[in-house]
Amino acid sequence: MIPNSVKITPELVAEHGLKPDEYERILKLIGREPTITELGIFSAMWNEHCSYKSSRLHLKTLPTKAPWVIQGPGENAGVIDIGDGLACVFKMESHNHPSYIEPYQGATTGVGGILRDVFTMGARPIACLNALRFGDPSHPKTRHLVAGVVAGIAGYGNSFGVPTVGGQMGFHTRYDGNILVNAMAVGIAKADEIFYAAATGVGNPIVYLGSKTGRDGIHGATMASAEFDDKSEEKRPTVQVGDPFAEKLLLEACLELMQTGSVIAIQDMGAAGLTCSAVEMGAKGDLGVELDLDEVPCREPGMSAYEMMLSESQERMLMVLDPAKEEQAKAIFVKWGLDFAVIGKTTDTLRFVVKHGGEVMADLPIKELGDEAPVYDRPHIANTYQPTVAAESVSAPMSNADALLKLVGSPDLCSKRWVWEQYDHLIGGNTVQQPGGDAAVVRVLDGPKGLALTSDVTPRYCEADPVEGGKQAVAEAWRNITAVGGQPLAITDNLNFGNPERPDAMGQFVGCIRGIGEACKALDFPVVSGNVSLYNETNGRGILPTPTIGGVGLLDDVTVNASVGFKAAGEAILLVGETAGWIGQSVWLRDVAGREEGAPPPVDLAAEKRNGDFVRGLIRNWGVRTVHDLSDGGLAVALAEMAMAKGVGATVDALPAGPAHAVLFGEDQARYLLAVKPDQADAVLAQAKAAGVPVQRIGVTGGDALILPGEKPISVQALRSAHESWLPNYMAGHPTTAEAA
Amino acid sequence: MKSAVVVFPGSNRDGDIIRAIRAGTGHEPVKVWHADTELPAGTDLVVLPGGFSYGDYLRCGAIAGRANIMDAVRAHAARGGLVLGVCNGFQILVESGLLPGVLMRNSQLKFVCKMQHLRVERADTPFTNRYTTGQVIEVAIAHGEGNYIADEETVHQLEAEGRVAFRYCDADGQIGSRTNPNGSFNDIAGIYSSGFNVLGMMPHPENLIDPLVGGTDGLALFQSLVSGKPLAA
Repeated sequence: MIPNSVKITPELVAEHGLKPDEYERILKLIGREPTITELGIFSAMWNEHCSYKSSRLHLKTLPTKAPWVIQGPGENAGVIDIGDGLACVFKMESHNHPSYIEPYQGATTGVGGILRDVFTMGARPIACLNALRFGDPSHPKTRHLVAGVVAGIAGYGNSFGVPTVGGQMGFHTRYDGNILVNAMAVGIAKADEIFYAAATGVGNPIVYLGSKTGRDGIHGATMASAEFDDKSEEKRPTVQVGDPFAEKLLLEACLELMQTGSVIAIQDMGAAGLTCSAVEMGAKGDLGVELDLDEVPCREPGMSAYEMMLSESQERMLMVLDPAKEEQAKAIFVKWGLDFAVIGKTTDTLRFVVKHGGEVMADLPIKELGDEAPVYDRPHIANTYQPTVAAESVSAPMSNADALLKLVGSPDLCSKRWVWEQYDHLIGGNTVQQPGGDAAVVRVLDGPKGLALTSDVTPRYCEADPVEGGKQAVAEAWRNITAVGGQPLAITDNLNFGNPERPDAMGQFVGCIRGIGEACKALDFPVVSGNVSLYNETNGRGILPTPTIGGVGLLDDVTVNASVGFKAAGEAILLVGETAGWIGQSVWLRDVAGREEGAPPPVDLAAEKRNGDFVRGLIRNWGVRTVHDLSDGGLAVALAEMAMAKGVGATVDALPAGPAHAVLFGEDQARYLLAVKPDQADAVLAQAKAAGVPVQRIGVTGGDALILPGEKPISVQALRSAHESWLPNYMAGHPTTAEAA
Repeated sequence: MKSAVVVFPGSNRDGDIIRAIRAGTGHEPVKVWHADTELPAGTDLVVLPGGFSYGDYLRCGAIAGRANIMDAVRAHAARGGLVLGVCNGFQILVESGLLPGVLMRNSQLKFVCKMQHLRVERADTPFTNRYTTGQVIEVAIAHGEGNYIADEETVHQLEAEGRVAFRYCDADGQIGSRTNPNGSFNDIAGIYSSGFNVLGMMPHPENLIDPLVGGTDGLALFQSLVSGKPLAA
């Protein structure tokens, strides 16, 4: 047991991740030396994760408002109005570091945490998505990490009972020592029954719900310190362990409890567990909080106040309840077999008081714990300029047909079926569009509405030009939602970057935020929730800047939606948007020509909006049902994906002007491919002309092969074989083309 | 047509199957809590839904098979009442002794969720009378432990008595290891009790009741139940 009277040494302060000047700030704030429990509380509240001290200044610049936004950033999750008295509650969060140490449990608890954020607000989760980044496939740890992370996501989501409907997965050597696991959850609630964290009323009971508190997740460095206890407490893993069954019970119990009208405030215990949740409830409600730790349900005896306050045991909730309904509330939790304990009360003192064994272990000003956290304007430098790569300057090392086969079977662009078949993506009976398309489409309740859900970012663009990369991530999410017929409404951002104390990494962060903000403003696509994950670096090398954008859009009538696959022969294939043949930073340049360089494609936000609105109009008003957004791999890969989806080939006979390899594989933005009925094509082209949208007829659907101008036909079977085989072969340890290369 | 859907802690396709029963039979089922000891009076059909009852800790279906309500379910089955167990419900039926055999870990050792063809082995049971014998249907599967196995004598008996309800197959109704998603013996996807009033199956017909969401091949199973008649032996 850690005594509360431990002498606070500079080493101990450092082990808590607090800088000397931050410790000075604490001394000034409370006018005395903190107890060890108080030091732990400060370290939890003032770390990067909880305080956003490096990012806060920049996050403030993001647009967060729109008439349909009910709740922006600052709560457990963002909330938007989707009409008919319904609200969509969603957020994305990272669990990068734990997933590298212990991939199964790291990923599992990432999913559990984000689900809790959503149902804490009164919403029933209806879908999960994720964004995964792994190291180079040839790195010795990659296969193990992929297997563990995917199994972990599946293990939690499948048991909890939420469909995992979409996501992305990529490989790059810059993630070798620091993978990314970003999980997004989406829920539905009644718009007038959203629950918040702010406590109200003095003397109301603070109730602990869910699983018991154990020693898992407590800051490893501190736990391992010998000076605490010569008998040396067992060093516990700092990665928490997930229990999806407990979370399922917690969900049902919480939603049932919310129906009774007894919940005044609710906050899940996530990072820094009891500390963060209790402080937030009090501080947001301008109330003090007094906790009696003797009442906390513990997994093992002899836990100290310090340990209880910092434990990150999973599947726990904190609520402020209407005292008149305490017994009714308790009965619901007993029915679901969960712990229910009154562990404190709200006060009018604005103090955060923690008692244990009759002694006061901490007594701190509650508002200042959050409000007075340091805020840094970290030095940042703009990234170095990357020259534009002229298409003519790069010759194609192989035929375009061979390049296409290589790309559809490459680690980044191959089918991720091996992954999503392990996720229950069908539970709920509302999955209208499954993983593998542009955006997942999920029906809301029994309809008629539906949600379009996607997660996007192109890290190599962000590395080459943070501002354009940030814009592109938002634009692609917007485009993916548009491509299925959805009206993009709002995003959650999961900002994964390197060490903010390095000016270049901080510069990437600042640049990406600027790009994200510009795109959100131009596309009317505000940020309503998010998460920042910094210090993603190993041995001094940061990850590629990866601001994952989780987008949500609305389909007023979910039966009116478009999907990727060609559906019939003889349809006209139309290319929407300008094709300049931008090969800088393209997948082709990297994986076929072996050059990872150049400026990324610029994002013209006005063109995005104009082209996207046009395409959405065609889906909604013209009955167009085959649409695909152009992204990684450009036109050729998009055509291949459309052919593979339902086994209908295509003949392309009119490409935009330019070198063929650049036109086929360039990654110009704001583009879509459509297939329309032959008698509709002329009218669509005329309509496009009137709207000022560049649209070109490039070919016709049909046959069992994809035929590109001047290339040998590529059978859809050959495309599928290349597309479907890489990942299963890789995971089985069989030789893959990419590894052999 | 009165049906009762048993909810165990960890059941998660209870809502899906309630929706399917409503769509197929036109009647609203009643939820029954695992800790109850009686079924509602006049219950014709008991459904054990999919999910992870009790977290699937210990062994899938093992704890649920011994839940309070299961005595009432066994008595209902003994009276000839209809019982349908889907996925975790099938696992609970074998654990509770209502059906023979066990469901082991999938042969590829991974959870698998995808669309899967099934062959309807007979169309004269209370669960399949709206299908035709040999009909190939496409429904969802989503399980980690669906690999059915029983001792040789039991399998021989199941086959001899025509108690295999569905087999995994391809789009043309052909069976074989290529189309078997979990290693299940004889491609068994579902089996009946000797009285044909209890059906356990791994696939999820309840998720295929709507043309917008994958198709309607599962709906006929719920429509079949309306007759409520046991197989005329």
